[in-house]
Amino acid sequence: MYDQQLLVEMKGISKVFNGVKALRNVSLKIRKGTVHALMGENGAGKSTAMKILSGIHKPTEGSILVEGNEIFLDNPKMALDNGIAMIHQELSPIFEMTVAENIFLGREPVYPKIHLVNYPKMYKDTKKMFESLGLSIDPKQRMKELSVSEIQMVEIVKAVSYDSKVIIMDEPTSSLADKEVEQLFSIINRLKNEGKGIIYISHKMDEIFQIADDITIFRDGEYISTNLAKTLDHDSLIKQMVGRELTDIFPERSKSVKDQIALSVEGISAKGYFQNVSFQLKEGEILGLTGLMGAGRTEIAKAIFGMIPIESGIIKLKNKEVKIKGPKDAIKHGIAFVTEDRKEEGLVLPMSVKQNITISSLHKFTSGPMMKRDLETQVVDDMIKKLKIKTYSRNQLVETLSGGNQQKIVLAKWLLTDPKVLILDEPTRGIDIGAKTEIYKLMDQLTKEGYSIIMISSEMPEVLGMSDRIIVLSEGKVTGTLRPKEATQEKILSLATANKMGV
Amino acid sequence: MNSHVSTNNTQPIKKRSPKFGHLLSEYGILLALSALVIVITILSPNFLTTSNMLNLFKQVSINAILAIGMTFVVLTKGIDLSVGSILAFSGIVTASLVTGSDTNLFLGIAAGLGTGLILGLVNGLVVSKWKVAPFIVTLGVMSIARGLTYIYSNGRPISGLSNSFLVIGTGGFLGIPISVWIVLIVFVFCSVLLYRTKLGRHIYAVGGNENAAKTSGLNVDRTLMSVYCISGLLAGLAGVLLTSRVSSGLPQAGMSYELDAIAAVVIGGTSLAGGRGRLWGTLVGALIIGVLNNGLDLLAVSSYWQQVIKGIIIIIAVLVDRKRV
Repeated sequence: MYDQQLLVEMKGISKVFNGVKALRNVSLKIRKGTVHALMGENGAGKSTAMKILSGIHKPTEGSILVEGNEIFLDNPKMALDNGIAMIHQELSPIFEMTVAENIFLGREPVYPKIHLVNYPKMYKDTKKMFESLGLSIDPKQRMKELSVSEIQMVEIVKAVSYDSKVIIMDEPTSSLADKEVEQLFSIINRLKNEGKGIIYISHKMDEIFQIADDITIFRDGEYISTNLAKTLDHDSLIKQMVGRELTDIFPERSKSVKDQIALSVEGISAKGYFQNVSFQLKEGEILGLTGLMGAGRTEIAKAIFGMIPIESGIIKLKNKEVKIKGPKDAIKHGIAFVTEDRKEEGLVLPMSVKQNITISSLHKFTSGPMMKRDLETQVVDDMIKKLKIKTYSRNQLVETLSGGNQQKIVLAKWLLTDPKVLILDEPTRGIDIGAKTEIYKLMDQLTKEGYSIIMISSEMPEVLGMSDRIIVLSEGKVTGTLRPKEATQEKILSLATANKMGV
Repeated sequence: MNSHVSTNNTQPIKKRSPKFGHLLSEYGILLALSALVIVITILSPNFLTTSNMLNLFKQVSINAILAIGMTFVVLTKGIDLSVGSILAFSGIVTASLVTGSDTNLFLGIAAGLGTGLILGLVNGLVVSKWKVAPFIVTLGVMSIARGLTYIYSNGRPISGLSNSFLVIGTGGFLGIPISVWIVLIVFVFCSVLLYRTKLGRHIYAVGGNENAAKTSGLNVDRTLMSVYCISGLLAGLAGVLLTSRVSSGLPQAGMSYELDAIAAVVIGGTSLAGGRGRLWGTLVGALIIGVLNNGLDLLAVSSYWQQVIKGIIIIIAVLVDRKRV
């Protein structure tokens, strides 16, 4: 009886890449009408397993069963034909095409005989699909006009439209604000009630406990366990994922805040992004900057860094007004900016660890036009040691490193520019728990050394766990400043939505 | 049954050391060049002779210089279609100044190089400041430079160049043609520039990820400008060299040379997507093209077929290179 409930089963799956075992004999059983969370640190094999299930990779050993029948997947299309759809973490719609064109890509309805695309039917069907899920997106809009969350919804509708039995969602909320997450969850619940199975990959614990029925844990390419979500709690889950005790994710914060002001912004505005924003950052402080998507957090950081021009207001460093015209200026003034998108703005992926670490401070390693390579090597090796970057060589290409190590390389790069103020935008996004803790410890260490940090984050536990003060933004305005002791998730959320409620 | 098949598949993966595969893909083009040389040597006894080798190197030198410049541009995700025309314009400018007496020898050479540099600067300015696609900009400059060449020369060759100027293209030093020495000097100088200076690092960074380069405080515009200047200057140098070798300034010189230069860069393993590549590979790429041309000539393969073979080699090179990444 129980077995008839199984939609998909992965049995004894192993995968070898270039002689390295990425997966060792793992199993996964997805029950009908459930959300099945797949958990594990980065490199645990979650993505590899899902790429096998969605036909991108072929397993070296093992079998896949759909409703009891063994299937062989040569490509993603065969997976779709067998009712398995995957929504990737990095969405790649065709931006110049309309919503409906994207959904029906490769299977456009045509008029019989003349074989021309039947656009009216395509738009009508798309509209019907959206309505059935309670979405209000215009099928005729171009993808480029949609927000990230809307694109996400379109991808989900597309996945559902293949009449999928199982839908794999890889970090679907990584770029969504809380409200949009709620919307996503209500759609997931609807799909669940229709008897579909959802495989849900996420690093966010709160979400997992809110939505998952079953939880399977992988570690280092091996299957660890499958449990009902209600039989697990936060700590036992982490313990199984990490394989060691983790007393606390967040380090005891040092009392490093001094009275001197490192940076202050006074009434800065940039049209369309934020208005009249003022705050002060003290030396040795971690100032948390939070709010919903589109609240203007990243834009404020970009303005301080000279990437967005400000129309009014002033920026002061150590009580002296500065004009910052671009990143180069900002670096000269001792500001560093760890951007939220490592791969887009932080790293040069085809370059080595060493070359990435020194890219912003090459002037330190030159005499005349020539590079001083010994000095460079020595400084890079020191950084690798100090930040505990795991790499087999300083000449390893950064594209082959894990997210946590990549983030440390971005940090190392900026530390070499001798900054006073570090702006960290979503410093632990897409990083596993072990590496997160290391980054947090590092941040604490840096404040002790006198660095001042602005931390932009949409992860509440991080904001509450690391900040000395929290500034909440809504719709481009500061709506409140909180001390972590008095702050709660509810308080922050109500401030973050303040303007939206008509304040 | 099926599990048997799949376990068998894993056997070669386990046995093959990743290190060896890496070496093979990294230095594969050296193997390809050696194989080519061996095959042609077996087929034609006239190939591996001193005189033919010197001749071959001389033939390769023009394309090698253009291709070295092209490598800088391609590393930044760009392309320079104007090098053939710049070569012609520089050549004709130089030729016009070194006719008859020797008094203007250095001025003539400097003017040729300067012409290349200025046209390169134009490419660089429009690409970096006005953000026009390199393909379009250099396509335009290709036409402009070719037109200027015809205007300047009235469409006629300039001959009667001074004897001392002709030494560059025809003379030798320590038994090796001067043009080959020039290639070696350019190669060493450019290698140092690319691998040992800040600019070199910036070039790879801009090509690898322009956004990250900008955020890291790099001057992206200046980097882009530099690579087009380098390419233009080297095209000018190639123009001077060619003029000296053929002992006249030819307005139609360098037609479609840009394609051979791009081919050498690509065969050498530099990615058109930017940020990945190597200068020695370009040199080997130019040699492979040269050996092919020379060898197929010796084997009396028709020039029509030579083009077909060259095309196939370029595509195979890119296919192999994709594995490298």
